[in-house]
Amino acid sequence: MEKPNSWIAHVEAFVDSARATNQQAASVDAIAVLVHKDLLTLEGLVIEMEQYLTTSDHVIRARGILLLAEVLSHLLEKPLDSRTVSSLVEFFTSKLEDWQALHGALIGCLALLKRTKKFGMVESNDAKSLAESFLRNVQVQSLAVRDRKLCFEVIQRLLDVYPQAVVELGDDLVYGICEAIDEEKDPRCLMLTFSLVGTLGRLFPDPSGPLGNFSSDVFDILSRYFPIYFTHPKGDGLDITRDDLSKALMDAFSSSPLFEPFVIPLLLEKLSSSLPSAKLDSLKYLNSCVPHYGADKVVKHSQVIWSNLKDVIFNLSPHRSSLSTYGSDGDMDSEVNQIANEALNCLQTAISHLNFPDQDSFLCLIIDDEDIGTRFWSVTSMKNYSGASTEIQCQLSALGSILSIASKVSVYCCTNVFQKFFSCLMDILGVSGKHASKLCVTDHNTCSDGLNFGALYLSMELLTSCRELTLSSKEFAPEVISEPRSWFYVLKNISRELCDALGSILETPESAEHVYCAVKGLQVLATFPEIYSPVSEATYEDILVMLMSIITRRNKETYLWELSLKALVQIGLWIENAHDSAKAISYNKLVIQRIVSMLQPNDSTISLSLKLVAISEISSIDLYLLTIVQAFEEAIVSNLRACFEGNLKSSGVLVPLLQCYSNQVLPRCHTCGNFNDIAVQVAVSIWNQIEYVAVFRSAILMKDVLDQVMMTMKHLVAGCTEENQFLILQKACSSLPKTFLIAESLPCALSQLEGFQCIQDTTLMSCRDEWVFSLFGSVVIALRPQTPLVNVKILLNLFVVLLLKGNMPAAQALASMVNKWPADVNKSEVSYSLDQAIEEILKSCLWTSESSSNFIDRDSCFQKYVVLGLAWIGKGLLMRGHEKLKEIAMLLLKCLVAGKNVDITPFQQHENGSKDVGQDASSPLATFAADAFHVLLSDSEDCLNKKFHATIRPLYKQRFFSSMLPILLSSIKESDPSSKKVVLYRAFGHVISDTPLAAVVGEAKKIVPTLADALAMLSLDILNKDMIYSLLLVVSGILMDDNGKAIVLENVHTIISLLIKLISYPHLMIVRETAIQCLVAISVLPYARIYPYRPQVFRAVSTALDDRKRVVRQEAVRCRQAWASIA
Amino acid sequence: MVVGLLNANPIVYKKKERRARNVPTVIDEYAVEPIDEQEIFDYIRDIKDPEHPYSLEELKVVTEDSIEANDKQSYVRVTFTPTIEHCSMATLIGLCLRVKLMRSLPSRYKVDIRVAPGRHATEAEVNKQLNDKERVAAALENPNLLELVDSCLEPTYA
Repeated sequence: MEKPNSWIAHVEAFVDSARATNQQAASVDAIAVLVHKDLLTLEGLVIEMEQYLTTSDHVIRARGILLLAEVLSHLLEKPLDSRTVSSLVEFFTSKLEDWQALHGALIGCLALLKRTKKFGMVESNDAKSLAESFLRNVQVQSLAVRDRKLCFEVIQRLLDVYPQAVVELGDDLVYGICEAIDEEKDPRCLMLTFSLVGTLGRLFPDPSGPLGNFSSDVFDILSRYFPIYFTHPKGDGLDITRDDLSKALMDAFSSSPLFEPFVIPLLLEKLSSSLPSAKLDSLKYLNSCVPHYGADKVVKHSQVIWSNLKDVIFNLSPHRSSLSTYGSDGDMDSEVNQIANEALNCLQTAISHLNFPDQDSFLCLIIDDEDIGTRFWSVTSMKNYSGASTEIQCQLSALGSILSIASKVSVYCCTNVFQKFFSCLMDILGVSGKHASKLCVTDHNTCSDGLNFGALYLSMELLTSCRELTLSSKEFAPEVISEPRSWFYVLKNISRELCDALGSILETPESAEHVYCAVKGLQVLATFPEIYSPVSEATYEDILVMLMSIITRRNKETYLWELSLKALVQIGLWIENAHDSAKAISYNKLVIQRIVSMLQPNDSTISLSLKLVAISEISSIDLYLLTIVQAFEEAIVSNLRACFEGNLKSSGVLVPLLQCYSNQVLPRCHTCGNFNDIAVQVAVSIWNQIEYVAVFRSAILMKDVLDQVMMTMKHLVAGCTEENQFLILQKACSSLPKTFLIAESLPCALSQLEGFQCIQDTTLMSCRDEWVFSLFGSVVIALRPQTPLVNVKILLNLFVVLLLKGNMPAAQALASMVNKWPADVNKSEVSYSLDQAIEEILKSCLWTSESSSNFIDRDSCFQKYVVLGLAWIGKGLLMRGHEKLKEIAMLLLKCLVAGKNVDITPFQQHENGSKDVGQDASSPLATFAADAFHVLLSDSEDCLNKKFHATIRPLYKQRFFSSMLPILLSSIKESDPSSKKVVLYRAFGHVISDTPLAAVVGEAKKIVPTLADALAMLSLDILNKDMIYSLLLVVSGILMDDNGKAIVLENVHTIISLLIKLISYPHLMIVRETAIQCLVAISVLPYARIYPYRPQVFRAVSTALDDRKRVVRQEAVRCRQAWASIA
Repeated sequence: MVVGLLNANPIVYKKKERRARNVPTVIDEYAVEPIDEQEIFDYIRDIKDPEHPYSLEELKVVTEDSIEANDKQSYVRVTFTPTIEHCSMATLIGLCLRVKLMRSLPSRYKVDIRVAPGRHATEAEVNKQLNDKERVAAALENPNLLELVDSCLEPTYA
């Protein structure tokens, strides 16, 4: 037991209201911990605190009671014996009389009531006396918000945990609660009061009980809140929305059937309000109340409910004005749409709950309503949707929704709706069923003068809801199928004729709406579940044939064609989901085989692009994906063969075919699971074709075809696992010309190279070789890092040789190899390290043999290949963060400044061996080197990206930027002011514009002056226009940054005169536009610094007002205003 | 004298949709896009009425049809319709139009601002005042007037 004086200080601290709040909270915690650890008993605490709990100074007494209450609420998990709990309850119950200490008493009561059985809870009779005392003593509405909230929580707790005890209080309880919740306004408390009423409804179900007596009072209190009007701003910290309140009130309303006599009339009255939110809420409440109150209570209102719902549905049905929104849901969020939807939900609830098989059911109200009858006739006399008035269009869609909702509810309803309307609709459509309807007038026009759209639309709605009905109810009574009056029987008898009628509508469609409905109808008929299918096998096949013939013949009618394709896909997906094997067979026979046969070269039904659209859509059905993939493979292979044999037409086919294959079909194979097998097979058969054709007939390279085949090959390889990649790689290796593989060491390959030294173009390499090597490169590009490579050395040599001949894929493959080079050499089969490999590559690139001349002497084409190759290899290294990159970057820099006496070899011993060459400053070599920086830093689609498994270190661009920047800046400074600077600026520009902006802005201080110079100098040449734009974007990025602004301010003179010059940049509109925008951004800089430039800017901008492009003029107006308003 | 609004309850019309110009897919960098009626209208449609928080477009003081522009001859004529016949704000509206166009068009342009014929009590006087360079310049020397004009033009720069 702790000594009293050790903790009594805490009590004093808490009771002293002058202390800081956190100090008081700390003392509560401290005492609670003591009690929890049994270092202090509650009894002891109470005894020691006696003076505080009973003193006549009400401030101190209130604090004392609060302390005890707070300690108790910390001890919910502390076991207490029943005697302690009982005496505490007694204490707090008595303190409810003490209004000055009420806050503490309420907290104490709540803390005790929250205790669970496990740790000792309040006895039932104690709870009852607590409730009595509460009802007698506490005037809830005269308290502050926090106390009111506590009160409601106490009552709620009593009702939830001690229902037996409090029910005995009867009228007193209900009356007390009524008094407590009357006039409540705080949203937090309202949430509680609403749920209190809900609980009351459950506790007192008896109509002659207490709630029965007070139900009109309770309703009176609650009805004032309906509809909820809540305007609190979002960020008020209460975290309660209008929807929460509305939901809570709805639960209170629907909690007890006793409220029915009051609630339903109120809701129906508010339903006719002009306030949309009131309408919406009434519908929602009605929807929730009807099932809760029960059919026998609500049925007397059904006539009124129906007429109100009818009004809402007919007046607020969404109006679909044009074809583009037709069939789609339009904007679902608009209030009108929400109301209409809610009304339909409500209708559905009413029909399903107020459903008595004999008479008087809600459904009878609907179908016997004369109003519905007249509207039915008025909309079914409508020939054409777009020609009809808006009102009729709305009526049609409203009636459609009502009928479809009604028939969706149950088999009984469906049958009734069918008997009343369906046969009649069929008569209007001219489909001769065996049943004549008594409602049908004989003189009503049949299809003699144009087809009736209204009837068509309604039939489709009915069909759709029948289908939904079969889906929602798992089993039907057998009489549904056999009973001649049932909807199923009716539909089954007429389905054949209906199909034919829909088919004939599609033969000569009158309007897009007709097409939509007819196709939809066919789709619905074909997608009924197997056992409930109203169409026979033969009719089903006819539907498929009909739709397929549209696909193959009617490609000119785009809308019809697209809809039919979608319908076919939907039918296919349905088969897949329903596992309907019989239908699957006919679908395969009639649709898939036909579609697949369109890929054959002699098929000339529709254009290739449409065929590909059709096939890629159909391939979304997983069931048939394999068939389609195989068809693709065959088509690709045969076209490829034809291509090699010089058939130019095939090359035109092959490119879109491959595009479709790799972009649409292949990704689907991934989800389907058997990607690897498919990919290996296709890749191998492509290689087989190449092996098979020894010499290409066609002399030209077919670059676009090659590119596409390469891309496809990369996709195929990239998606495979390591083992399968290895298989493809082996196949590719075996297809290489043998001469290249014999060359086992570098010198040997180099000796071959000697022969190519003066090659300007690729003519020496045959067309076939070009294909083989490029494809081989593609395979290597897309490999995973783990895939083992064989004969690495030979591969390296091969690619180096190819690179020097200007084969881009080889360079990229090389880059890919060094990028994915295993980090730990010992563990892998690769015999030598990456460092060695790089040395080899560099040596062979730059130093063809010991005695040969310097690299700078070589012709520019060769230089270009080497520099580009180096750039790619550099990129590979850069992305994995290898230090050898530095060497390559230095080489590139040397090329940049290459002039007199520059030796670019990496090896010291060669430096003095270099010759003096009179190199032009802006030599092609330097330009290539500048552009190499672009290759280094830009993202490529072709290789070294995530798709092709590149090793990518985070922030590699930023790293490169920060290491290269000082070097570039210093070499720009050192270079004499000649045209040599241009290439340096160009390289600088690439580095700046390809690095993420955030990194560049961070270094703004260093780069801004140079950036301005670069822009000024580069803008002289029209070829640099794209770079000017990207650099200008960097400038504007710096201007947007707070730090950047300060730096711009330091160089404001240069920047403004530069921007003014760019305002009249003639070659690119966006440059002018961006320059003006930058000037606008500058106008917010400190007034004193920019004011001197105002006249200058005005002069420049007023010429821009006469710019030939409108966008620039508009920006100029804005800029002029911005600068005018700084004065 | 009771100072009230001249037209206390003007009819407010709906704003027209901003017409999107059909941008050619292949942009010819050097093709000229002449200043046309729509562009002029875009400049002035958002000018606020001096009296009401509505734009001139909403009050139908200016419409696209009431503008005549000729880029070759550097000429623009704007005919505006005051909401009521004896509106003393007509000159102020005209001044706003003139200032806005002065600031938005190249200096080669001649701008002609007119009240629609028969739509104002002192039509000739207003027209004369609006197209008198000296008087416009003098009006803009007046700081109060300039402030008023600027507040009307403010929404057009948004």
